[in-house]
Amino acid sequence: MSRAGKIARRTFLIGSAAMAGGVAFGVVMYKRPHHNPLLDTLGKDAAALTPYVLITPQGITLITPRADLGQGAYHLQAALIAEELDVSLDQVTVDPGPPSPAYYNTALSGDAVPFAATDDGWMAETARAVADVPMKLFGIQVTGGSTTVPDAWDKLRHAGAVARETLKAAAAAQTGHNADDLHTENGAVILPDGTRLPYTDLVDTVAQTDPVTDVTLRDPSEWRLVGHNMQRLDMVAKSTGTQAYGIDVELEGMLHAAVRTNPRQGGTLRGFDASEAETMRGVHKVIAIPGGVGVLADNTWRAMQAVNAVKIEWDETDLYPAAMDDHWRILADSFDAASRDSRFKDEGDVEATLAATDAVQAEYRAPYLAHAPLEPVNATVLVTDARVDVWTGTQIPRFVQDNVAQITGHDADDVHVHGQVIGGSFGHRLEDTVVRQAAHLARAVKGTPVKLTLSREEDMMHDFPRQIAMARGRGAVADGQVTAFDLGLAMPSVLASQLGRQGLPAAGPDLQIVAGAWDQPFAIPDYRVTGYRAQGLAPVSSWRSVGASTNGFFHDSFLDELIHAAGADPLEERLRLCNHAPSRKVLEAVGEMSDWGKPLAEGQGRGVAYCLSFGVPCAEVVEVTDTADGIRIDKVFVAAEVGRVIDPVNFENQVQGGVIWGLGHAIMSEITYSEGRATQDNFDSFPFLRLYQCPQISVRGLENDSAVRGVGEPPVPPAAPALANAIFAATGKRLREMPFNKHVVFV
Amino acid sequence: MELTVDNVTQSLDIEPDMPLLWVLRDELGLTGVKYGCGIAQCGACTVQIDGAAVRACQTRVGDVWGPVITIHGLGTPDALHAVQAAWVDHQVAQCGYCQSGQIVQAAALLAQTPDPSYEQINDALSGNLCRCGTYPRLRAAVKTAAAKLREAPE
Repeated sequence: MSRAGKIARRTFLIGSAAMAGGVAFGVVMYKRPHHNPLLDTLGKDAAALTPYVLITPQGITLITPRADLGQGAYHLQAALIAEELDVSLDQVTVDPGPPSPAYYNTALSGDAVPFAATDDGWMAETARAVADVPMKLFGIQVTGGSTTVPDAWDKLRHAGAVARETLKAAAAAQTGHNADDLHTENGAVILPDGTRLPYTDLVDTVAQTDPVTDVTLRDPSEWRLVGHNMQRLDMVAKSTGTQAYGIDVELEGMLHAAVRTNPRQGGTLRGFDASEAETMRGVHKVIAIPGGVGVLADNTWRAMQAVNAVKIEWDETDLYPAAMDDHWRILADSFDAASRDSRFKDEGDVEATLAATDAVQAEYRAPYLAHAPLEPVNATVLVTDARVDVWTGTQIPRFVQDNVAQITGHDADDVHVHGQVIGGSFGHRLEDTVVRQAAHLARAVKGTPVKLTLSREEDMMHDFPRQIAMARGRGAVADGQVTAFDLGLAMPSVLASQLGRQGLPAAGPDLQIVAGAWDQPFAIPDYRVTGYRAQGLAPVSSWRSVGASTNGFFHDSFLDELIHAAGADPLEERLRLCNHAPSRKVLEAVGEMSDWGKPLAEGQGRGVAYCLSFGVPCAEVVEVTDTADGIRIDKVFVAAEVGRVIDPVNFENQVQGGVIWGLGHAIMSEITYSEGRATQDNFDSFPFLRLYQCPQISVRGLENDSAVRGVGEPPVPPAAPALANAIFAATGKRLREMPFNKHVVFV
Repeated sequence: MELTVDNVTQSLDIEPDMPLLWVLRDELGLTGVKYGCGIAQCGACTVQIDGAAVRACQTRVGDVWGPVITIHGLGTPDALHAVQAAWVDHQVAQCGYCQSGQIVQAAALLAQTPDPSYEQINDALSGNLCRCGTYPRLRAAVKTAAAKLREAPE
């Protein structure tokens, strides 16, 4: 087996100011680029280009600023640079780099404008370009929204090419050859006589060389890595227990911490008695923190035992209803003019058509859901007078910097965030409560590092869950066709809740309230989608596929009901209605993969669903059998249009994972509140799909579109409706509420 | 208290009711053993005691009845166990956090059942939760490891 490249978890050695400005430190070879016409044609600011390649005499480091949550982000970012730089992945070290405005995410803003991803007209493009501006101003270095790949696709290949051409220019200067007579291969510049000059030997010359920014990206026919099965860099470490995550950080003299906070979200602490806890073995200190109590001890378990021994009096809060029925009542009452948030889709005359016919009507529900990545959230913080060091896995390093600085009283520039590999996120690491708690604890013991690990119970009960949501559909059919479709969607605003916790305003409509519904490419004569913002519910956050995780289910389920009412074939009618060529191709692909027309055995059923989310059209067919022991999911077929499949292995992994995520939660998971507390606090009460329940999942990536997209989230939304539609086909029972096991039994 | 972990016997001054998980992680620095739930629901902390796969989070260190093998003792990056090699070949891991437990569980299965059916694999590994959804690759990797081990037992 080959030696895989290392992913470094050591502190990054170059100062962030130097990195942001692209100043050479003698070793940084990638300077601030001059005016670059290629970037102009991409509509991106040249300042977006900053160091992604670091070459020292000791080796080559590729900077991969988007967090690795398990989705292979480090690997994919490194591969894009390596493709153009002509290095192999086992020659390089990968480092997430420091938080820096230089690493802002340009792709994230694409989903912040009210234009469907299928709309490439000038208004849509202009809006996306304008939305880029605040992203640059805020320097938002965020991992999320399936944007790592679209953000990196041109930027990182270009960075690799600039580095390669600059190395050639340096070699030309050093040897007297013409740069055009040189080529690169496997980490070295090759002279005309075949002499190899390793990149690492060119460092001194490169530091004196102006970067060559007028570069041409490789033709796809020349790609060595992109589009080919690659060996991910972290597989050996993750198969041998040697991959270090944030929870594994170990520092000299470190204390271990546990916290308990008010089980009601946002609740405060009235008082506590730590007299028993303070006498327990290994306990160092008991400290009040916002909303609760923390214990510092010499071992995680001792800290957890002690914090449970603290007698605490909680404040009663009423930031949201104490009982679940009232959450549903708020949603039901939100379908009114006062709560209306958006109506971006309003074609034909829905009201007139529905008034003139017997409308088909249905109501759907989706519960709160925890993120519950398997690694409980954690953070290690060391506070000294001069600086603060934070070791944590985060999708929002710049926010972490600011929030920690506020707590400890340092300048944000003196807060150094060392990004850690993350044991799953699904959006959970877009929040930073645990880092703030660790900062409060570490502030109390300056000079001593403190590692805070949340218990599973503390983590799950205080998760800001996926939005709860309700939908009401009205529609009409005529002559075997769907003719009218009117969908109202009510839910809390994830954007307002999430940005609110960062002290940021969220002006205007929240596109996530209607994402995965208003922007679907169907030509229905009377077609309307309205978003309603429900107020006063529990705080919520981004959960894998965000708004589309509920809306994909609502939109496609209701479409399926109408198609059934019309007596049409579910796949044929979707194809007839679909007016977006790449989307038609994914529907055709799953039809072919699943032998759609082929009759199934007695008791079996087949359902198709489609959702466009994060710019990716994705269709899924699910096959089920109604057995004596309940519904068994036999097979899933998935086709997704992503422009380019960068690594087929990682692509299949992401898509299968997304399908399983969608199916598992749709079948059996929910967070409910009772007396204001989350009822579910661990994997016994918040179950998820197990190996024996996992179907065969066949995946096909399509590359017909010009835009390159990420696929972490898009396979999630179609999974639940495809399953519900399949169960309807097998049993005649229509599922309108998740989790489905409230209504049918599963094997 | 004496404890034999990954073929090394150590003397520890530790309360007997501390879960083996936290002894391994915080006292012995064997961080490949993961904390996921603390109530034997996820299997991330799985180790072998006398060859049997057990949940270290629900095993009091005072109750450990034989030598413990963790993911670190099963194999290393330079000397992979057949199950670990199959995991690398199939590129099973996504976030990777559950995989130590999955691999230790799979190794225990194959020691008892050298040629498991898919149903036997499902039965043995359904106590190990994966939130990323690596199940399809994981199932295939167990089959590959089984075939390799039948050719050349560890």
